[in-house]
Amino acid sequence: MELILLPFIAAFITFMAKGKTAKLVAILSASFQLVLTAIMLFKFNAAGNTNFELNYPWIPQMGINFRIGFDGISMMLAILTNILSFLIIFSSNRDENDRAGLFYGLILLMQSALIGVFTSLNGFVFYLFWELALIPIYLICGIWGEGSNKIQITLKFFIYTFAGSLLMLASLIYLAAHANGSFDYEALFQAQLSDAESLLVALGFFIAFAIKMPVFPFHTWQPQTYTMAPAQGSMLLSGIMLKMGVYGVIRWMIPLVPKGVIQFQSTIIILAIIGIVYGAIIAIRQNDLKKIIAYSSFSHVGLIAAGAFVFSLQGIQGSMIQMFCHGINIVGLFFAIDIIEKRTGTRDIKELGGIVSSAPRFAILFMVVLLGSVAVPLTNGFIGEFLLLKAVFDYQAILALVAGLTVIFCAVYMLRIYQLAIFGEVKEKTTNFEDLNWMEFTTLGIIGILVLAIGVYPQWLLNLTEASVMNLIK
Amino acid sequence: MILLIILLPLIGFALNGIMGNKLPKSIVGIIGSGAVLGSFILTCILFNQVANTGAIEYSLFQWISIGNMQIEFSFLVDQLSVWMMTIITGIGFLIHVYSIGYMHDDEGFSRFFAYLNLFIFSMLLLVMGSNYLILFIGWEGVGLCSYLLIGFWYKNVAYGHAARKAFIMNRIGDLGLLLGIFLMFDTFGTIQYKEVFEFASSGSYSTERLTLITLLLFVGAMGKSAQIPLYTWLPDAMAGPTPVSALIHAATMVTAGIYLIVRSKVLYTLSPTTLDVVLYVGLATSLFAAFIGLRQNDIKKVLAYSTVSQLGLMFVALGVGAYSSGMFHVTTHAFFKALLFLGAGSVIHAMSGEQDIRKMGGLKGTLKITHITFLIGTLAIIGFPLFSGFFSKDEILAKVFEHSPILWAVALFSSFITGVYMLRMYFVTFWGSFRGTEDQKHHLHESPISMTFPLMVLAVLSLVGGIINLPHLMGHSVSEKLHHWLSQIKDVAVEHHAALSVDMELMLMGIAIVMVLCTLVACYIIYNKKENLPVEDYKQNSLASFIGNKFYVDELYHRIFVRPTEIASNLFYKIIDVSIIDGIVNGIGNIAVNVSKVIRFIQNGNIEFYFLAMVLAIVVILSRFIF
Repeated sequence: MELILLPFIAAFITFMAKGKTAKLVAILSASFQLVLTAIMLFKFNAAGNTNFELNYPWIPQMGINFRIGFDGISMMLAILTNILSFLIIFSSNRDENDRAGLFYGLILLMQSALIGVFTSLNGFVFYLFWELALIPIYLICGIWGEGSNKIQITLKFFIYTFAGSLLMLASLIYLAAHANGSFDYEALFQAQLSDAESLLVALGFFIAFAIKMPVFPFHTWQPQTYTMAPAQGSMLLSGIMLKMGVYGVIRWMIPLVPKGVIQFQSTIIILAIIGIVYGAIIAIRQNDLKKIIAYSSFSHVGLIAAGAFVFSLQGIQGSMIQMFCHGINIVGLFFAIDIIEKRTGTRDIKELGGIVSSAPRFAILFMVVLLGSVAVPLTNGFIGEFLLLKAVFDYQAILALVAGLTVIFCAVYMLRIYQLAIFGEVKEKTTNFEDLNWMEFTTLGIIGILVLAIGVYPQWLLNLTEASVMNLIK
Repeated sequence: MILLIILLPLIGFALNGIMGNKLPKSIVGIIGSGAVLGSFILTCILFNQVANTGAIEYSLFQWISIGNMQIEFSFLVDQLSVWMMTIITGIGFLIHVYSIGYMHDDEGFSRFFAYLNLFIFSMLLLVMGSNYLILFIGWEGVGLCSYLLIGFWYKNVAYGHAARKAFIMNRIGDLGLLLGIFLMFDTFGTIQYKEVFEFASSGSYSTERLTLITLLLFVGAMGKSAQIPLYTWLPDAMAGPTPVSALIHAATMVTAGIYLIVRSKVLYTLSPTTLDVVLYVGLATSLFAAFIGLRQNDIKKVLAYSTVSQLGLMFVALGVGAYSSGMFHVTTHAFFKALLFLGAGSVIHAMSGEQDIRKMGGLKGTLKITHITFLIGTLAIIGFPLFSGFFSKDEILAKVFEHSPILWAVALFSSFITGVYMLRMYFVTFWGSFRGTEDQKHHLHESPISMTFPLMVLAVLSLVGGIINLPHLMGHSVSEKLHHWLSQIKDVAVEHHAALSVDMELMLMGIAIVMVLCTLVACYIIYNKKENLPVEDYKQNSLASFIGNKFYVDELYHRIFVRPTEIASNLFYKIIDVSIIDGIVNGIGNIAVNVSKVIRFIQNGNIEFYFLAMVLAIVVILSRFIF
């Protein structure tokens, strides 16, 4: 509960703060949040069902209890949210003219809502937090985004995901109505539905989650929004927010209506795998760095989704660890791009080149994060990719061959970025490219260390979620 | 100790990578070479230990464990791995020393040594792992180092392109290997060598399944060891500095594919179909690459194609089930090909960066040590009697003859062509008169001792390296040492032993010797005449230019794979993504927007208003919660 309240309250303090103070308050809150997380992790019992459970009656007439709790899955995503929120706040630089107070406050608000999403154990509370998380990011993109059509794109993103959420709400209400009117997580399991009803409910969930992740063909909002959003917005969206979709699948959709999911499981997996290849192929020819990363993220999430929908132990464990690692890597990538854009004023890789000559430290750390995304063994990306491909392989070997093309394509577009932007001759816009300052170095350094540490010793993360995942697949 | 062997290069990498640019070059060189020397010495001790007590296993920690899938981070040092480790660290050390001289004036000196050390680390991991996933770490690791080192001179766009090509082609193979590992998991429930081989030899698995597994592993081997159809990256990889070509693209990394198959020989022996595939792919590659080698004029490109061709020959050996012969050729090839590359590097160094043999000539006068050592290397690779290459090639040819005399003839023909192009290169480079510019002539010099010392050591090894596995007709006590060494590995499926009579074997050997001698004399005569020197590209006839352009395979791949992908990319993006899918989404959206116009008045764009609404809502919700 503290994890939700702390950033929530801090957010409102930050709204009122000005300039540097705002960032200071935000950082203090985020650091304190990290400390709290560490303490909780220390007390955490991964083998137990739910830790730190809170359950207050709220609107008992409608079966709504304010109920939250942490199992391993929630814990891992809470850790991810808190690490990334800290890094995102730490690495950004907004001054007074930029309404810093509002900006940092919104990030904190978002952090609070995300923790809520990942810990809710009541369908209605889950829905509330889900929507609450949408508002800050909508404002961040709308206010600090760039480009003439930013309002239009933001609105589209908002409406699109909002429409999805409403379908999810409908599904939840339908379920609750068949579960003695209770929205409680365990109670929802009691709902007795016919095959056709399950299918409808599952579809409602699916559309909400598929838009959020996104799964092919619900993805078109994503590249546009990522490209237009400010760097921190893209980080929040891709690093944490899209995990809400996968989380929803793992925690709510499949366990609650397995009968419905099973009817179109193979379709979803195939859609997800189409997304992997489709996104990767598009990424190969783009010139806007953000767009490449956006499509690469779409491609990677396709694999995460495929693994989640296989719903085997390895599949879910793979999606869990890959969510964590993808979050770290993508924030690193967007941060690196932000650094390039700030220094050169462009994101077009055709105008870049030779950055390594003047900024070797940046080049090395960028390389580490890139290798994580390419899933080279001993980086964090490999563990998840290996488990996910294996899960898909066990489901249907031929699909793994297609999904495995990501191994090749990802190397193609990622190395293309590196080749054109970092290697090669220095161009006009990249002369005197300044190397990292201490703040940037720390941020990318932390990310780089995480990339390698998890790659070498992934077991602590896997242990964190294994018992809870086992619980779910039962 | 096992851990130390593998950690030393990693420490070297970290030291040189983090603070190498602040240290003087001599220290960087000492750290880099010293780390590998340390590994080499420890490997020798370990070698002795393995010889006395057998294989050593060492488990570090549980790497990935989910349910019943357990993957340990563990090592296995048996006769095969310790053999590879000796080659890697031994030759690796010599090449590090050579690099001190070769890279001396390069501004990326410390970066170079850091990458080289990282490579040694990955390569050791590859051969020391005790399951297929640890092998896979090393496998991808060496691919990464290869990428970094090919593109070492990063300002050159063409080099960068070559580096990416190498990495991507390797990744195609890696995907095959990865799928093979999945299938192996599915079949045996484990990927630990020991258990896999034990289960496989129990005979309770279908041949189709084993064939599929071994074929998938072979796809990985084709990528890494540059076999048809995944060979085109290796010649381009010559863009890297020459020591890299010697270490990675001749002596060690490219033989990883052979290691993989020798390691999995239990599985391969049980799938005869795969062995045939290996045999024919190897033979085709060997012949095809040799042909291309005939018409190359870049000294390193000739050596590159010769490497592809020799690797093909090694696969031929594996294909006929002669695993230890394959390893024998891996070893001698490591000696003489490293020697030839380093010799070529010395020539390029002396010629101020020139690599075209048409602009060389008559170098034997000035580069005395380079010349002699290069000659030894050439004689070894063409199989001149009593040189190391002679024994290893002869053994493979004999094994192929047992299998099929026709294939023997093809393999012999391939090594005949090898003789021709190697001697062509040798004579054109070192004999005749100098054809470079005055400037280059003025600069001609023998390389420093740090470069010639490794040349001399490798020359000695190329000369006498054959003693590690002499043919058995030389007497039981001295012959087939390597074969016996490797057959101590317990999981070995029994290799059928020389069925050829001694007379037959002598006759085959005689044919090979006569062929080599004739080639030698013929090439001496032909390439010492001015009119027979290789001509400028535009003067070539059409067949020669067809071969010289490498049969246009690169262009073919570009048409079949690269272009369509690029077209698909544009098509997907512009038409499917932006027009169709997003068009539909926007269409639906527009309907919604029109409806929402009715309630537009509350969306007044005022942030503070939104906030007010939000805060109010939250307060209401919270108040419900509290009261």
